[in-house]
Amino acid sequence: MKYNYYPGCSLEKNAASYHISAMAIAKPLGMEFVEVDDWNCCGATEYVSLNLTASYALIARNLALAAKNEETKQLVAPCSACYLNLKKCDSYMLESPSLAEKVNTALAAGGLSYKGGTLKVRHLLDVVVNDIGYDAIAAKVTKPLKGLRVAPYYGCMIVRPKLGPDGTFDDVEYPKTLDKLLKVLGAEVIDFPLKSHCCGGHMTQISEGTGYELIRQLVKGATEYKADLMVTLCPMCQLNLDAFQGPMNSYFDTNYNMPVLYFTQMIGLAMGMDPTDLGIGAELVDARPALAKIGVEVPEPEMVIKKPPKEALPMPSLPEEK
Amino acid sequence: MAKERIGVYVCHCGTNIAGTVDVAEVSRWAGEVLKDRGVVISRDYKFMCSSLGQELIQKDIKEQGLTRVVVAACSPHLHEATFRNACKEAGLNPYLSELVSIREQDSWVHTDKAVATEKAKAIISGGVERVIWQTPLEPLKVPINQTTLVVGGGIAGIQAALEIADAGLPVVMVEREPSIGGHMAQFDKTFPTLDCSACILTPKMVQVGSHPNIKLLTYAEVTNVSGFVGNFQVTVKQKARSVNIEDCTGCGICQEKCPKKVIDDVFEAGLGYRKAIYTPFPQAVPKYPVIDRENCTYYLKGTCKACEKFCPTGAINFAQEDEYLTFDVGQIILATGWDLFDARRIPQYGYGRLANVFTNLEFERLTNAAGPTGGKVVLRDGVTVPKTVGIVHCVGSRDKNYNNYCSAICCMQSLKFAHLVHERTGAEVYNFYIDMRTPAKGYDEFYQRLLDEGTHFIRGKVAEITDAAREPGEEGKLIVQVENTLIGKQMRIPVDMVILSAGLEPRHDTKEVAHLFGISCSADGWLLERHPKLDPVATMTEGILIAGCVQGPKDIPTSVAQGAAAAARVVGKIQQKEISMEPIKASINQDKCSGCRICNNMCPFNAIFFIEDRMVSEVNPALCQGCGTCVAACPAGAISGTVFSDQAILAQIDGLLLKNVKPLEVVAG
Amino acid sequence: MSSATISPPKEEKSTRSFLEEVIAATPGESHLIDCIQCGTCGGSCPSGRDMDHTPRALFAMISVGMKEQVLKSNTPWYCVSCYYCTVRCPQSVHITDIMYTLKRLAVKENAYEKTKAPDFSKTFIEWVENYGRAFELGLMSMHLLKHNPFGVFKIAGMGIGMVTKGRMAFTPTRIKGMDNLKAILNKAKELEAVA
Repeated sequence: MKYNYYPGCSLEKNAASYHISAMAIAKPLGMEFVEVDDWNCCGATEYVSLNLTASYALIARNLALAAKNEETKQLVAPCSACYLNLKKCDSYMLESPSLAEKVNTALAAGGLSYKGGTLKVRHLLDVVVNDIGYDAIAAKVTKPLKGLRVAPYYGCMIVRPKLGPDGTFDDVEYPKTLDKLLKVLGAEVIDFPLKSHCCGGHMTQISEGTGYELIRQLVKGATEYKADLMVTLCPMCQLNLDAFQGPMNSYFDTNYNMPVLYFTQMIGLAMGMDPTDLGIGAELVDARPALAKIGVEVPEPEMVIKKPPKEALPMPSLPEEK
Repeated sequence: MAKERIGVYVCHCGTNIAGTVDVAEVSRWAGEVLKDRGVVISRDYKFMCSSLGQELIQKDIKEQGLTRVVVAACSPHLHEATFRNACKEAGLNPYLSELVSIREQDSWVHTDKAVATEKAKAIISGGVERVIWQTPLEPLKVPINQTTLVVGGGIAGIQAALEIADAGLPVVMVEREPSIGGHMAQFDKTFPTLDCSACILTPKMVQVGSHPNIKLLTYAEVTNVSGFVGNFQVTVKQKARSVNIEDCTGCGICQEKCPKKVIDDVFEAGLGYRKAIYTPFPQAVPKYPVIDRENCTYYLKGTCKACEKFCPTGAINFAQEDEYLTFDVGQIILATGWDLFDARRIPQYGYGRLANVFTNLEFERLTNAAGPTGGKVVLRDGVTVPKTVGIVHCVGSRDKNYNNYCSAICCMQSLKFAHLVHERTGAEVYNFYIDMRTPAKGYDEFYQRLLDEGTHFIRGKVAEITDAAREPGEEGKLIVQVENTLIGKQMRIPVDMVILSAGLEPRHDTKEVAHLFGISCSADGWLLERHPKLDPVATMTEGILIAGCVQGPKDIPTSVAQGAAAAARVVGKIQQKEISMEPIKASINQDKCSGCRICNNMCPFNAIFFIEDRMVSEVNPALCQGCGTCVAACPAGAISGTVFSDQAILAQIDGLLLKNVKPLEVVAG
Repeated sequence: MSSATISPPKEEKSTRSFLEEVIAATPGESHLIDCIQCGTCGGSCPSGRDMDHTPRALFAMISVGMKEQVLKSNTPWYCVSCYYCTVRCPQSVHITDIMYTLKRLAVKENAYEKTKAPDFSKTFIEWVENYGRAFELGLMSMHLLKHNPFGVFKIAGMGIGMVTKGRMAFTPTRIKGMDNLKAILNKAKELEAVA
């Protein structure tokens, strides 16, 4: 399946391992990515705080460029913030004629134009679990991640807000797609209650205490659940949880040590690829010790689920997953 | 055709009409210009609907020998009946009068006086042309069967049934569960009096069970309804209890001996167990148990039969089959109640994931003395008594993401819970609310009482309930995260237990039920009343009434009042021995009917049936409400309606266009 | 919360004009006038404890025309764009979008106080407007120099880590169509100015 691919600024250098691992798993899983020619920065959460028309025009240039590709109208972004910006711009240009007019007038100054609704903007995780599908992925697993306890971490922008008629591809509060993917890869997936809580975005640079506290809650949560590592799908989340884990530890005088990897890297590992081909090793919190567990018999985890006493009342059931 | 003698009456309606329309001029015009069309007298008067106004018409009918009357005034929705009646009393068939609106459709929507006056003339001209085509009609009288069907054995249905039965009239009550009682039987105490719910309900239940005029069918459902007001034929499926009720003494040994325990999802709200053979609760009416064939070992594997072995009267009958019974009834009252909002739809509240988050129905069972913990308020482990409890208002209600409406009873219910927690555990209680809705008698006083008891009230809709602790004081607790809007600060409150006041929703098969009985649902899914202010228990279908929460969320006193209101309506109709129906009906010219049957399915009241051997359709005038859908749909033009016949409508259009009079110039003003 | 009495605005403008300004400057249907002040937003906000006014409080202030206090507030700058408020709001108010509007208004009128966030955004965007891509090293060095020079020491360890792991670009990347982008952005700013 062919897709227009928008890597986003982070994937060029500081999250290069996300890009490398995504490219590594693409062909075996049957995805063909065509990078949008001469794409520009989406503006993250910065430009839209300064100027409405300019910020949307900045995003729309990418949509206009991608829409030129006759072969596919799918646009995939691996970064949650880029994904949301592209999706919002497309959705609001469809919903609001006045905004569309302004943006298109601006685009026209560069010889471009874009009609809202032309492209289908998707996140890379959505494409992997829905277009490729769990069964196809399971078929390619040669080295299941048995014995590895992982905390799936979605972050906020991949599942919120609901936009347009398609809404969002997973639940806005308690998403399940990444959990299921990691189960299919053979890992032991913890039911992580903070899985869609925000990592704080750029808050570390605006108000240290606020930013580091959000990071602390997530790392603390994963640690308490005895996760070996956290799995993420956004380079900003990875940067915050991984690169800023050190400064966060200094700030609170804690000594958490929680590695953070990308879901594409996990898929690659389960498919038997070499870790260096997946960009593993670029984390500031070393993931190698956690990964050493794969293929090794793992002792019973300390957190034993106690049998409920006989007086215990029954729990309501949650709807069955397929 | 001999010309009719038409009287035209133009109302001033004070200044409502006269302020914009030159009523004197319009009256003069009608009398002069429409003389050729049959108008023999034309008057204008300040308030036509007053007795004096009506007398004007009546005098003219007698003295001028009027054969038709046209009143130009307000909307027919208001006074059509008034003027029809006036004519009737003067000896003129009421359906030979026409009320045209020159208020809602003219003076109230125009500011240009000249234009409004000309429009009034056109409207009257239309009315005159139309009334010529009307024919005298008599209301239809249908006999009324004295028996009433009450569907639903909750408090509203029980009240309705008892009132009708006490009036000496027969009732058939059909209840889906093995026992009547409804949701009220699940509660411990009722607000604001804190009466024991079962203590006030069970006497009524017993009365229903033993009343000579009530035939009670439980574990039964209505499967088919046909007929019309006064004459319904209803089919009821009596599901097989697997117990012969003639032999059963209600001793309960079968339930004791049954080895199969099942989670009771209905009466115990999933918090307790019952057996595969069971009565839902000890005071069940009737006392006969029921075998849940989906969980009974005998039906699943062919073994066990413990109940049969131990039953002293041999009442167990595994081979018993569902029975279909038919009844003839005159009127039907639907009182099927509500379902609880599924709190699992709000993942951030943790219900289903966090053990100590309970719903309101689960908590009712906890506090009920006959419940799974014998009335002790404890956590999900069945043992620990909570020291702090959070009660969350508006779960799934007042929320565009779920149900947009207010569920009416949750604030009072939440206060009641707070009281019970204080009483049983001495715990600290926090109520999280957006508004405090305590409108009825004794309700706000109940709120005062809870304030006096030291309840912590925090105004803020709960954002999240989590077990992810951030600080040492939060470890091992449930944290309620909320903005205390009255001080404008976000708070995290550690509690041991959370109770969600989940909202009320229509029963999940309400659409099917509405379709079965030929009535409609409102946009939210509740059954639709005839008028939300002035006629809450009637529906648009004659003979079918609704009472209780099936019409919308309400408390017990209001449900009881609606049950009684429906009963009064029913008894009133029965007293008249026959029902008089407006003769505004459709009729099919069977010579023109091609048998295409398009009209059959279009009729929203299921009033058209197909005669197989003649291959034509026919309208049942008793069910027909005169909506006109079939008239418009018939491709052969074979259907016309009385009062709204094709000729009448076309004539009215001609009249509006002033086709039969000289064209007039519009004088701009 | 802030001052005890609210006196009516000095000019003839109605107290609704600020509310209307905010609604008009937000793309799409924001539903701001449907707010019932339930506090779900304030309760859900991950950075809510550090805001001087919760989002809900800010909406109450907007609806009575307290423009100055609203634009001075640090609330929008603490918004992390997690959208919890937006998906949970029972009245479908697009809270996060309104926060962006307030940021833009505060910048336009230079009304914000004591926050580094506008500068951070402006510095970020300077690189984008000249190169077409973000440049983290440039952003961080300019931002820290201006606002927190001693902060360099605190994250020196992290900085070194990023360099040794090959995650730090030392020079910015420029897109080919820079002229194209500049033309588009200049036109856009022109249109925004008359909006």
